[in-house]
Amino acid sequence: MNHSRRTFLKIMGLSLVGVSIKPGFEALGGGDSPKISRYPERLVGKRWAMAVSPKKCPSSCRDCIEACHRAHNVPDFKNSKDEIKWIWNEPFRNVFPEQEHDCLTEGWRRKQVVVLCNHCANPPCVRVCPTKATFQRKDGVVMMDYHRCIGCRFCIAGCPYGARSMNYRDPRPFIKEINPGFPTRTKGVVEKCNFCEERLAKGLLPACVEGCKEKALVFGDLENPEAEIRKILQAHFTIRRKPGLGTRPQVYYIV
Amino acid sequence: MLEKALSGNRRYWGWVGFLIFFIGVGFFFYLRQLDYGLGITGMSRDVTWALYIAQFTFLVGVAASAVMVVLPYYLHDYKVFGKITILGEFLAVSSVVMCLAFVIVDLGQPARAFNLLLYPSPRSILFWDMIVLNGYLLLNIVIGWTVLDAEKKSIPPPKWVKPLIYLSIPWAISIHTVTAFIYSGLPGRSFWMTAIMAPRFLASAFASGPALLILLCFILRKFTRFNAGNEAIQALAKIVTYALFISVFFILMEIFTVFYSQIPEHMHHFIYCFAGLYGHYGLVPWMWAFVVLAAAAMILLVNPRTRQNETLLGVACVAVFASLWIEKGLGLVVTGFIPSPLEKITEYSPTMPEVLITLGVWAAGFLALTFLYKIAVTVKEEIEA
Repeated sequence: MNHSRRTFLKIMGLSLVGVSIKPGFEALGGGDSPKISRYPERLVGKRWAMAVSPKKCPSSCRDCIEACHRAHNVPDFKNSKDEIKWIWNEPFRNVFPEQEHDCLTEGWRRKQVVVLCNHCANPPCVRVCPTKATFQRKDGVVMMDYHRCIGCRFCIAGCPYGARSMNYRDPRPFIKEINPGFPTRTKGVVEKCNFCEERLAKGLLPACVEGCKEKALVFGDLENPEAEIRKILQAHFTIRRKPGLGTRPQVYYIV
Repeated sequence: MLEKALSGNRRYWGWVGFLIFFIGVGFFFYLRQLDYGLGITGMSRDVTWALYIAQFTFLVGVAASAVMVVLPYYLHDYKVFGKITILGEFLAVSSVVMCLAFVIVDLGQPARAFNLLLYPSPRSILFWDMIVLNGYLLLNIVIGWTVLDAEKKSIPPPKWVKPLIYLSIPWAISIHTVTAFIYSGLPGRSFWMTAIMAPRFLASAFASGPALLILLCFILRKFTRFNAGNEAIQALAKIVTYALFISVFFILMEIFTVFYSQIPEHMHHFIYCFAGLYGHYGLVPWMWAFVVLAAAAMILLVNPRTRQNETLLGVACVAVFASLWIEKGLGLVVTGFIPSPLEKITEYSPTMPEVLITLGVWAAGFLALTFLYKIAVTVKEEIEA
């Protein structure tokens, strides 16, 4: 009697352990097994990248900027001190200071070039973040967890491209029209371009790419030999911002 | 021993009240900052660290400088420093308290500060800075308190405290080295990208910290029966002299490297802060004030006759402290962001709330220092009596 009771308890205990471990195993080892996704059409890539053709950009065009900032609830404070921006225009000589010289063609001298987070393959912002609030996904997207960020701004000091913005005050009253499909941020956290990971998850291209009528922005998976971006990079001479710093930026400029 | 901080004459309580007033004002504006966000400060999208982090950086140095009295006393048995070792350690304690407070007031989301512990990230230098600063705080509280308590009871300090004292020596070096690494390891911030950042930090720390200690010894001698002794003060003065000269030497080395190599990115920052760039001169008067003060201090300190004159030594110490505060506490941090990675110049000047919050933290640190020194001095007075 006593004996069989002990055996029963043993079996019970073991099965309890098994039941509690199973989901953990599934979560950890689920890399290859098919997963159920709310969006089976989601875009999957190994190394997301973007090619920018500034030559195609009409002067004073802001389509990509507005598409992005509308989609991501980026506030407009109307002052440069508190400014938050994910994608914006800068003069060529500010984007590529090392390329500037006295005889630069008039076109390039006056050219406005689109800049955004470079989603570096070797991102210093991820390295310096003390809470892993900014992190890199396997597909290369450098992300922000707005709920974990403590607002120390070490990532801003670490970013050699000025891609990051701090919420110096509550952004919500300064958002023209709130997009309920994307979270707004709170004051005191850092934010930046997220390569539209929320849209990739739904099978959509980034908002800036979609918003550009001139097809000046091309987004895709660099590891996929069939991808358009791969072909473009093979066919054109491209440059990247400050490549000497070893950050391996994934935004390529066709010049 | 704590009770000794609670009895004092009217002048003592007047000073405590004065500090509490500034703490209150600072706290009031900190509540405003919590409500409004860090936009209440002069910081901007381009200049994202400024007065707060500059104070933090400067004060880590003051804290580390305690090693300049601990090392000669414990490693070389330099008995002259016996009386002031506790002052160095307690100065370190209050400086680290200020450092931690400055980091907290600089956070955009201070309520989430414990994410540092919940998600430890050893690849981040800030993670290591948190460890070394808190460790150093703990070491100095334990060492200072234990040794003082033993002294009060007229018994030798317990044996277990010796290893801690030895540990505190490299630990002091580590806090300023790690703090320098926060700056010197960032690609694209060419002003900070220099391998001598940590040595530079240590040199300026060993000048500014002991300079403050000399001034504190003068104040204690004036208002209490505690006398550090002329020999100790003169020894400290020599430390300040050497450290100031090394500090200036290091800065000149930076200037040589930057301007002889002629790399524009590296030159722009120095040109901005010493001469102004593209019509922006915000830091120029400050940096030249640093030059003038440091030069004056060097002349007063290197000359034995002026160094041995206590009034002139006091003047020199004020000049050392002020000049290095400008150089490290203002110039170094802010200039790193000007020009920005996109070659833009956004100047920085602190706002009134930012200055008052900063003063509040300094007042809190000095209140801690006042209490600790009151305890130490009272114990020492009782022993002598």
